[in-house]
Amino acid sequence: MKDTVDSYVTDDGRTIGGVMMDMRGITLRFGGVEAIKDISFDIREGEIRAIIGPNGAGKSSMLNVISGFYHPQEGEVWFRGEKRPPMKPYQVARQGIARTFQNIALFEGMSVLDNIMTGRLTHMKSGMLAQALWMGKAEREETENREAVERIIDFLEIQAIRKTPVSRLPYGLKKRVELARALAAEPKLLLLDEPMAGMNVEEKEDMSRYILDVNDEFGTTVALIEHDMGVVMDISDRVVVMDYGRKIGDGTPSEVRNNQDVIDAYLGVAHD
Amino acid sequence: MKSGAIGDDARSIPHLLARNVARHGDKPAYREKEFGIWQSWTWAQAAEEIDAFALGLLELGAQVGDHIAITGRNRPALYWAMVAAQKIGCIPVPLYQDAAVEEIAYALDHAGARFAVVGDQEMVDKLIDAQAGNMTLKHVIYVDGRGLRRYDHTAMSSFADAQAAGRASTRRAEMEALTQARTLDDTCVMLYTSGTTGRPKGVVLSNRNVIATSRNSAEFDRLRAGDEVLAYLPMAWVGDFIFSIGQAMWTGFCVNCPESPDTMLTDLREIGPTYFFAPPRVFENQLTTVMIRMEDAGRIKKAMFDHYMALARRVGPDLLDRKPVGLLDRLRYRLGDLLVYGPLKNTLGLSRVRVGYTAGEAIGPEIFDFYRSLGINLKQLYGQTEATVFITQQPDGEVRSDTVGVPSPGVELRIDDRGEVFYRSPGTFEAYYKNPESTASTKDPDGWVATGDAGFIEEGSGHLRIIDRAKDVGKMADGAMFAPKYVENKLKFYPNILEAVVFGAGRDRCVAFINIDLNAVGNWAERNNIAYSSYQELSQHPRVLDQIEDHVNAVNASVAQDPMLAACQIHRFLVLHKELDADDGEMTRTRKVRRAVVGDKFNDLVTALYDGSDTIATETEVTYEDGRKGKLRATLDIRDAVVVNTARMAAE
Repeated sequence: MKDTVDSYVTDDGRTIGGVMMDMRGITLRFGGVEAIKDISFDIREGEIRAIIGPNGAGKSSMLNVISGFYHPQEGEVWFRGEKRPPMKPYQVARQGIARTFQNIALFEGMSVLDNIMTGRLTHMKSGMLAQALWMGKAEREETENREAVERIIDFLEIQAIRKTPVSRLPYGLKKRVELARALAAEPKLLLLDEPMAGMNVEEKEDMSRYILDVNDEFGTTVALIEHDMGVVMDISDRVVVMDYGRKIGDGTPSEVRNNQDVIDAYLGVAHD
Repeated sequence: MKSGAIGDDARSIPHLLARNVARHGDKPAYREKEFGIWQSWTWAQAAEEIDAFALGLLELGAQVGDHIAITGRNRPALYWAMVAAQKIGCIPVPLYQDAAVEEIAYALDHAGARFAVVGDQEMVDKLIDAQAGNMTLKHVIYVDGRGLRRYDHTAMSSFADAQAAGRASTRRAEMEALTQARTLDDTCVMLYTSGTTGRPKGVVLSNRNVIATSRNSAEFDRLRAGDEVLAYLPMAWVGDFIFSIGQAMWTGFCVNCPESPDTMLTDLREIGPTYFFAPPRVFENQLTTVMIRMEDAGRIKKAMFDHYMALARRVGPDLLDRKPVGLLDRLRYRLGDLLVYGPLKNTLGLSRVRVGYTAGEAIGPEIFDFYRSLGINLKQLYGQTEATVFITQQPDGEVRSDTVGVPSPGVELRIDDRGEVFYRSPGTFEAYYKNPESTASTKDPDGWVATGDAGFIEEGSGHLRIIDRAKDVGKMADGAMFAPKYVENKLKFYPNILEAVVFGAGRDRCVAFINIDLNAVGNWAERNNIAYSSYQELSQHPRVLDQIEDHVNAVNASVAQDPMLAACQIHRFLVLHKELDADDGEMTRTRKVRRAVVGDKFNDLVTALYDGSDTIATETEVTYEDGRKGKLRATLDIRDAVVVNTARMAAE
């Protein structure tokens, strides 16, 4: 099993380091329904980790456990060598975990710039009074944060819509703005819930490129849920496969692709 | 006007750079919007950046005479790369960034480029693909390193790293010696012409070509330090090289680079250039946008706009040409400027334009007059790569939409018996690189160059008028003159029509393909509650066809006015189901229609236009942006147009 080795080599030849997040024996129930059944896996520093599985497999629930939104009834979440106590989502955000949502959750009436600025919230330290009067530390902070946001705008190539209200943007761009807001928090771990859902081929290619570039440029660890198999196999370093709340496969894309359980349960049973 | 010899201190672009540092050292030379803010570099700072990169190139092993391919969107770093190359005796070869991999491969191979300086990962990928066969490139330098971290860097480095190596270099004296060794006869730049036919050709321009032309044209329009230009047109185009390097270096004005291609209009507004160049297409798009927005404006605003635009059309051009205008009209125009023209110009980013040019294609008289009537000094020029741009241009006060002006300073003009325009000038190119046959067939021993365009010099004004490409001007079956471009341009002046292709050489009558403009027609459809699901469906809508038919009839009536060209009236036409596209080879990268390719590809449609059928079913192969191919099937309606019988008119 992967848990026993310190590092591994990806399909494209990079060496991935130590464990960042370790999920140990996670079980999550909603009343009598077991959404996740005793799942263990890890996310390593600097990798792109995909969680795949058919509808209702428990992928989003798993992401919500990682982000601290759901608290599993059983099991432990270890983050950078420490066991994580039950936390509020904002506390998790302070730890350096940011996410995007399956259904876009932006402030529709605000400009793209303002939306991304909200992602800097965890980096603003000045008090309410100083911010209201825009004095001293608040002013300096605003400038620094704006600079950080502008770098992200440049990175994701959304300069042309900087001042456009989000409500006027097409779907694909909204997704990109959401990614920008998550990046603005300078996360160590970025959680993406179906980043390509509802996109056309070209938009998917763009988004894949951006995810790879984020990982490459900032060294951000990425965990994502995605349905498009082509995309998953292309961009992820390792894949967890879930089915009915259980883990049925875990490994590099090539390993997963050749795992008989996965082929049977997810990619379809071959009929000779 | 000053002319004569070029001083020894101005014998190359790097020499002009040194002159600018001495004269305007602390004035802005380059600006680029990045991270939401206009970053700027003074002439002194730019010279330091250029020196650092030139030394970096030396350290990488660049040698005198090396060709250095440069491609990417307009950025100061790439302009610096060109001047840095010249500093050490290398020759910059700018390439179109949207060129297909094969086109880039051809140019790299033909030029034998050993180095390439590119904008970003996309261009690096193209170079890697283009070099798949044989690696002539020794080293690739990129400006924006995003996504390139994992690439093999043995033969690749960033612009900043190359500069850092240059700053640490001890070969400064060697570099300065190389710069001092430059002469007026050295090659300044090599530019590939997109070419409406055949392989692109590498046009070699000397320092003399570029500097003399830049000086003459700058003096013609009194360009000076303190002027501002927006550099947004392809760097591989000769115009951008002359405006953003030649004239900028000669006069010391400031070159502004947009933040991204999508933000060009916003950046234009923020910079407010004083010297502005755009192909007719840009002016058309801007006007269409204004008109569409005015359609949606409130009643009062719209009435005010219409009223003052009517006034502007009546007196605006005269005011601009300093012709006498009544006092009342002057006052009313002043008020209009306050209420309408001023805010409009500001929105368009053209408030400060002192000299504006359009060229490349004919511009519609309505479009041209619209801008002139607002008080924008928009003029036309006629030129080509082989002439280092300028052949003719319009002096202030003598501006009309149907001429291209008088010969530029230093240019001699001649029209041969077939009507083809020839020129000879200080800007006349040296040669086509590695292509003596083409050089000889284009430029005669006395230095006269055939433009390939047919035209005539107007009696009285001395202005040149261009009719068409000389090779496109043909004869119809009965010997009448066939000038398709002339008719196509008239059609394209309608906002609904994006492109038109007229056929008729050697035939008894003319027929036409029309491309609708999706923006204009789509907006019209929306306002009239006409539903459509695709370009193809909209293009074949009966009411769209009705409109186009009206336009064709009107053009026929106008063409019939000119007895020489009356035979070019359009008898039958159809609206194409796809936009003509450079990716499908139907147009050049500069959006000129390749008539022969279109004629071949849609041969079935041409046949149908002549054989009298009412509809034609067709299947077309299309290439998507990522290179994949698909098929389009459509059934097109063919319509008859009203043709004015000039023979009868003459008889009456």
